[in-house]
Amino acid sequence: MTVLAGRQTGVGARVGRHEDTRLLTGRGRFADDVRRAGALHVRMVRAPVAHARIEAIDAREALGTPGVHTVLTGADCAELGPIPIRLPRGDEPASALQPVLPADSVRYVGQPVAAVVAEDAYTAEDAAELVRVEYAELPAVLDARECAPVGTIEIGYGGVDAAFAGAAHVVRARLEVGRHAAVPLEPRGLTAEYEAGTGKLEIWGATKVPVFNRGVLARMLGLPEERIHLHAMDTGGGFGARGEFYPEDAIVALLATRLRAPVTWTEDRAENLVALNHSRQQEHRIAAAFDAEGVLLALTDEVCHDNGAYLRTHGFMVPELTVTMLPGPYRIPAFHARIAVALTNKTPCGTYRGPGRYEGTFAREHLFDVAADRIGIDRAELRRRNLLRAGEIPHRRPYSALNTEMVLDAGDYPGLLENALAHTEPWQAERDRLRAEGRVSGYGFAYFLEKSGLGPHETADVLLHPSGRVTVHSGATSLGQGVETVLAQIAAERLSLPDTAVTVINGDTDLQPFGLGSWASRSTVVAGSAVRLAADAVAAKARGIAATLLGCAPEELLLEAGTLAVPGFPERSVTLADVAAEAGRDAIEPGLAARRRFTVDHMTYPYGMHVALVEVDTGTGAVRVLRYLVAYEVGRAINPDLVEGQLLGGVAQGIGGALYEQFHYDEAGQPQATTFMDYLLPTAEEVPDRVQTLITEDAPSPDNPLGAKGAGEGGITAAGGAIANAVRDALGVPEDLGGLPLTPARIVELADAHR
Amino acid sequence: MHDPHLITITVNGTEHEVLTESRHTLADLLRELGYTGTHLGCEHGICGACTVLVDGVPARGCLVFGVQADGREVRTVEGLADGGELSDLQRAFAEHHGLQCGFCTPGFLMLAEAFLAENPAPTRAEIREVVASNLCRCTGYQGIVDAIEDVAGKRAGAADTGTSRP
Repeated sequence: MTVLAGRQTGVGARVGRHEDTRLLTGRGRFADDVRRAGALHVRMVRAPVAHARIEAIDAREALGTPGVHTVLTGADCAELGPIPIRLPRGDEPASALQPVLPADSVRYVGQPVAAVVAEDAYTAEDAAELVRVEYAELPAVLDARECAPVGTIEIGYGGVDAAFAGAAHVVRARLEVGRHAAVPLEPRGLTAEYEAGTGKLEIWGATKVPVFNRGVLARMLGLPEERIHLHAMDTGGGFGARGEFYPEDAIVALLATRLRAPVTWTEDRAENLVALNHSRQQEHRIAAAFDAEGVLLALTDEVCHDNGAYLRTHGFMVPELTVTMLPGPYRIPAFHARIAVALTNKTPCGTYRGPGRYEGTFAREHLFDVAADRIGIDRAELRRRNLLRAGEIPHRRPYSALNTEMVLDAGDYPGLLENALAHTEPWQAERDRLRAEGRVSGYGFAYFLEKSGLGPHETADVLLHPSGRVTVHSGATSLGQGVETVLAQIAAERLSLPDTAVTVINGDTDLQPFGLGSWASRSTVVAGSAVRLAADAVAAKARGIAATLLGCAPEELLLEAGTLAVPGFPERSVTLADVAAEAGRDAIEPGLAARRRFTVDHMTYPYGMHVALVEVDTGTGAVRVLRYLVAYEVGRAINPDLVEGQLLGGVAQGIGGALYEQFHYDEAGQPQATTFMDYLLPTAEEVPDRVQTLITEDAPSPDNPLGAKGAGEGGITAAGGAIANAVRDALGVPEDLGGLPLTPARIVELADAHR
Repeated sequence: MHDPHLITITVNGTEHEVLTESRHTLADLLRELGYTGTHLGCEHGICGACTVLVDGVPARGCLVFGVQADGREVRTVEGLADGGELSDLQRAFAEHHGLQCGFCTPGFLMLAEAFLAENPAPTRAEIREVVASNLCRCTGYQGIVDAIEDVAGKRAGAADTGTSRP
C-alpha cells in the first residue's frame, strides 16, 4: 500500500493554487461583483404558500412606484416552456417540470411567481412587496409516502426471494435521511446584457454547466447559441446545486433581451434557502440476508424519494444513483432495489455532493453494523467477508448507471479496509479509556464506493504563445475546487514548463463552446484528460516545426524545460516560445494550438472508508466528533493538497448532514429553516480539530491517461454512515438509529430508551 | 424611500465623501465604492463573509449602516496586501490551503487580522473559537486555523528576535 507523498513539480506536486492571490486580495470576480452601467435590478416575488391556485396578480401599485420599470409574470413567459432536464433518462413526465414562472398555480413556498425590475435593488425589493397575488390555497402534500410516485426505478438481479428464504440471518431497517442541501456560501447572482447592436446576449454568474445553460436559453429566447456568451467567473462554492438552470436564469436573460438594458439579480439568503435545490430526503426500507458465517446472500431496498415540487435539471439522477450505487464495493449474489420518486409541496430537489451515495451508504453501512452485531461477528470482519477482493476487479454490475455500463474498474477494497483499521486502532483504546472515565464514547466506520469521471466528454484548447506562456480554454468550471491549478499542472507537465506558465480559463462559452462543465467529480478525470491530449497535440506540432527549423527528424528531438533539442547538440535547440513565434508565421494554419476532446464510456470508481470517534452528551444530546479519518483511493492525485482539501471540506459538510442541517417544514408546508440561525452549517467548533486523511494511489484508473479518479465527493459520502455507527456504538443501541440527522432531541430520545 | 446623507469614510487610508441612503448597509456602501472584496453571504450577521474592521474592530458589514461609519476608518481585504506583496496572513492562508472558493476568505482574513492584533499569542483552542464566528462551506476550517496559528507563531518569533513584523 503506497501512501502518497507528493512530488516537487508537475503532476503529483503540491503546487500553490493559481486562484489564491486574486481571492486573498479581494480581486476575485463573483456574481454580484459584475457592474454594468445602467443596470436594472430584479427582485423575485415568491409564493408564500405551499400549494395554491393563482387567482390574480395585480402589479399596478408596484408599477406605479417611482423607479420601477416592469413586472414580469407567468403570462409573459408561457412560450418559454418548462425548464428541461439536463441528463434525461427519457421516462420523466413533462408535467413534473418546473415552469419559469407559473401561469396558474404554485407548488412550494419560495416559488417565483413574478419579477420586479427597478433602478436599484432596494426599490425593487420595496416594489415586490406591492405586487398583490391572490391565492386560493390547496391542500399541501408534505409526506412523500402518502402520494403516488411520479416515477419508479427498479433494478436487480439474482434470486432475492430464495436467498432470503434460505438465509441464516435476515436483518431489516427503516432508515430516513433528512432533507438538507449544498448551501454554498455565495448566494446566486446573474447579470445579463443584450447588446442590441450585435444581437449578442452576455451573461455573467452561471457557473457549472454553461454550455448546457446556453443551449436552454437559446431555445427559450429564440437566439442562436453563438449569440449567447456565458462568462467565466469565480464561484462561491457549488456542491451540485449552484449553476444548474433555474427559473431565475431564464427570467434575468429574458428581461435583458426585452428591456434592451443590463439586468442584474442577486438573491438573499432567505431566498436561497427555499429556492436553490434541496437534496437527500429519502426513506429506506433496507434488508440483507446472510448465511451463518455472515456472508451476504442478498440485499434489497425499497426507497421513497421526496423530490419536492418539481423535477428540475437533475430529473431522476439522484434516485437512480441511490439504487445503482447501493451495492457499493460488496459481493452481492442477489440484489433488488426500487425507488419511488414522489413530488411534494416543498422546494424541488437536485444533487448535493455525493448524491444518492451519502444516503445509500448510510443505509447500507448502518444496516451492516446492526447485522454484524446480530450475527455475532466483528463489524470489520463482516465487511472483510463481503468486500470484493482485488482478484475480482474489474467487476461488472449487471445493470447500467447514468447510461453507462457499471464496471468497477480498479481497486483493492480489503487492503484499504485494513489500512484504515490499522490507522485508527488506537481510537478504540481511546474510546475504552473514555468509557472507563464514565464518558459515552463510540467508534464507528463506514465503507463506501464512489463514482467519478462521468462522461461523455470534455474539451480543451491549449495555446502556446510566443511569450512562452500557455493558455488553456477548458469546458470545466471553477467552483472553488482549484481546477484551474490542476489543469495548469497537467498542461505544464506535458509541455515541460512550470505550472505558473499556464493560465487556465474555464467555462467561457465563447472560448470553449464544446465544453460540458464540472459536476460528478469529473473535472480532473475528464477535463484533465482533455487538457493532456490537447497539450500533447501542441507538443507534437511544436516538434514538427522545430524539426524543420533544426533540420532533423521530429523524433530526434527531446522536449525538456520548454526547449526542443537534439540530444548531445546544445546548439541545435529551439524554445517552445520561438516555435510558437514561427508557428504564428505559418501561411495556412497559424499558431501553436490544439483543441482536443476526451471521451469516456465508463465512469471510474474510487472507494474509501470513513472512521469516526465520537462522544455523546446524553443529557444535552450533543454529539462531539473527536477524531475522524478518511481513507480514500484516488488512482492518482494531481495535487495532493487539493485532494486533501476536498476531503476535509467534504467531512465538514458530512458532519452537518449527519448532526445539524435539516430543512424542516410545518404542517402547512411553511419552511422553518430560512436563516442560518435555523439551518445550522457546522462552524469550526463542530468539526474535529484535525481530520486525518489517508490518500492512496494503489489502483490508477485504466480508463483515462492520467489514471485519476475523482476526489470531489469522497470526503462526504460515508460521513452519515460513520457518524451514525459511532453514535450507535456509543449509546449501545442494539437496533438501528432510525435515521439522520442525529439531532440533540433524537439523541436524548435514544439515550433515554437505552439507559 | 429616500433619505440621503453625506458622509466621510476612510477606506484603507483613502478618504471618500459619499452620499448614501440611511438604510444602505456598510457592506453595500463599500461594494458600491468598488470594494467588492467584502462579500455578502447571509445579510443577517451569521456567516461573517462581510467582516470588515471599523476603527480596528471587526464588524459585520451587513449589520452596520453606512451612515454609522461616518468619520471612521474602515479596513477591508483590499487593504491587507502591501502594494503587490501579500501580507503574512494572506500568504499563510494560501500555504495552509485555508481557502477554496474564496468567498468567505475576506471575512476570515479581517477577523484574524483583528484577533491577532488583540491577542498576539493565542492558543489553538482560542483560534478555533474565534474562527467559529464565521462560516466556511469549503475547507472544513482546518487550514484556516492552521494559517492563523502559523502567523501567530511567526510574528511571535519575529518579535522575540527583534525583527520587524513582515
